[in-house]
Amino acid sequence: MTQATSSHRSPVTGTAVASKRRRLFLLDLYSTAVGKKYVMAITGIALMGFVLTHMIGNLKMYLGASELNHYARFLEELFYPIAPHGVALWILRGGLLAMLVLHLHAAYSLTVLNRRARPVKYQSARDFQIATFASRTMRWSGMIALAFITWHLLDLTFGVVNENVGAKDAEGLKDVYGNVVFSLQRVPVAIFYVIANVLLGIHLFHGAWSIFQSLGWNNPRFNKLRRSFATAFAAIIVIGNVSFPVAVLAGVVGN
Amino acid sequence: MSNKIKNLTLKIWRQLGPTTKGSFETYKVAEISDEASFLEMLDYLNERLISEGKTAIVFDHDCREGICGTCSLMINGQAHGPQQGGATCQLHMRKFSDGDNIVIEPFRAAAFPIVRDLMVDRSKFDRIIESGGFITAPTGGAPDGNLIAIPKPVSDAAMDSAQCIGCGACVAACPNGAASLFTAAKVAHLNRLPQGQPERFKRVESMVETMDLYFGSCTNHGECQGACPKEISVDVIALLNKDYRKAKFASRKDLAR
Ligand code: HEM
Ligand code: SF4
Ligand code: FES
Repeated sequence: MTQATSSHRSPVTGTAVASKRRRLFLLDLYSTAVGKKYVMAITGIALMGFVLTHMIGNLKMYLGASELNHYARFLEELFYPIAPHGVALWILRGGLLAMLVLHLHAAYSLTVLNRRARPVKYQSARDFQIATFASRTMRWSGMIALAFITWHLLDLTFGVVNENVGAKDAEGLKDVYGNVVFSLQRVPVAIFYVIANVLLGIHLFHGAWSIFQSLGWNNPRFNKLRRSFATAFAAIIVIGNVSFPVAVLAGVVGN
Repeated sequence: MSNKIKNLTLKIWRQLGPTTKGSFETYKVAEISDEASFLEMLDYLNERLISEGKTAIVFDHDCREGICGTCSLMINGQAHGPQQGGATCQLHMRKFSDGDNIVIEPFRAAAFPIVRDLMVDRSKFDRIIESGGFITAPTGGAPDGNLIAIPKPVSDAAMDSAQCIGCGACVAACPNGAASLFTAAKVAHLNRLPQGQPERFKRVESMVETMDLYFGSCTNHGECQGACPKEISVDVIALLNKDYRKAKFASRKDLAR
């Protein structure tokens, strides 16, 4: 407020403001905790958009191998012939990775800040009134989601831990369906898949509510809906994603 | 007729100074009126300690009617103890029962160093206020009442935030040691009123950036709202975030001129 006070006294040329260090708007915003929460929320929304689209796309597996494999083909051919084969998909993947990196960087630096804000912990048990299990475990649910994402890429994208990756189906398309079935038929993989998605749901139960506060979206007319939105969003993601390993193990999806 | 609460066991944090090591000490209170306030119970204990030649337990208090924001204490893991919408000075012993164990700890945050025992230094809140929690106005003769018309809902909302007594319970309760509720209440109070408009964006920018120097960051647990003796809603934090974003945009425009 020193600035406001001095601009009050000085002539109306606004020189007091100009003395401020110049920085790019976004860098300036990111330099503070509130700004980092903006980044966290915006990247969170992008990741939510991806997770939802990904889940809906995968529902194609209930329509059979050909449907899912054609869908995968469609993604590779996105914007073809404007973009060469697979290019649009790689751009999307790059964007998604950038979102994840920013989300993680903001999460990490705010966690460091928060640890420093209370170096000596309470020595007696806390009795939380409003904070939820979800809100208090964001770092853990997020980290397990990250471990899962890593495994998932090694499994179904790069095929490092999936022997079926590379196989073609009867129509000569990449056998994405077979890859999924091969992966989720392994019981430990299916269990990890279910646990990770439940934790992602817990992350979103808090996260999809928290975005509204972080972005300053507060309006008495829709405030009550924010909790319901987050609960519904998390539930839809968990139910959709968990159905896949269950369907594979139950033989509903399979060769 | 007042009843007696019997056989309380108190575990109270004792610490000689900011840098010395502290620990819990156990004290027994055999009997206390249920009409006694929590702080009166501590007074009573202190008088006994003094008469036994021991040192009294140091704790913050002043108005003892919930308006000054001086009292503090984590009581059984809750800032201002097991009640909603009241400061520790407004907590009564009738909230407890015979044989209860009561654990009393100071508010803990890097920005609130312990002075002694249960007393903490909350002057970092003053740094936040100094950076923008005021309006710059000529203080000549008293202006006429109602010179500036303010719609009732606006003044009500501003007064809701103005209720903040600066006690620090929000920081104490926050798992991140964030001061968002306090700062947001102070920003919302002035930014909602016509008198606060000229400095609206400078205010939020300076106050948020000063807050950043000492406190943690908000992850929207909402725990502050539950601990606040004035029941200030986390809605003000959304307002803080929104005004901060606008302030950053606005100052970019200033710089581009
Ligand atoms: C990859 C590892 C991840 C980590 C370590 C992580 C960590 C965190 C942390 C610490 C928060 C802060 C909690 C808060 O401030 O409210 C957060 C918020 C959030 N996360 Fe994640 N997260 C991860 C992945 C994800 C994914 C995959 C999604 C989406 C599908 C996601 C969506 C969100 C959302 C929407 C928020 C709320 C943002 C806000 O309130 O500003 N996160 N995350
Ligand atoms: S917002 Fe509430 S809890 Fe925080 S300092 Fe003000 S009165 Fe105390
Ligand atoms: S002593 Fe003044 S608010 Fe409690």
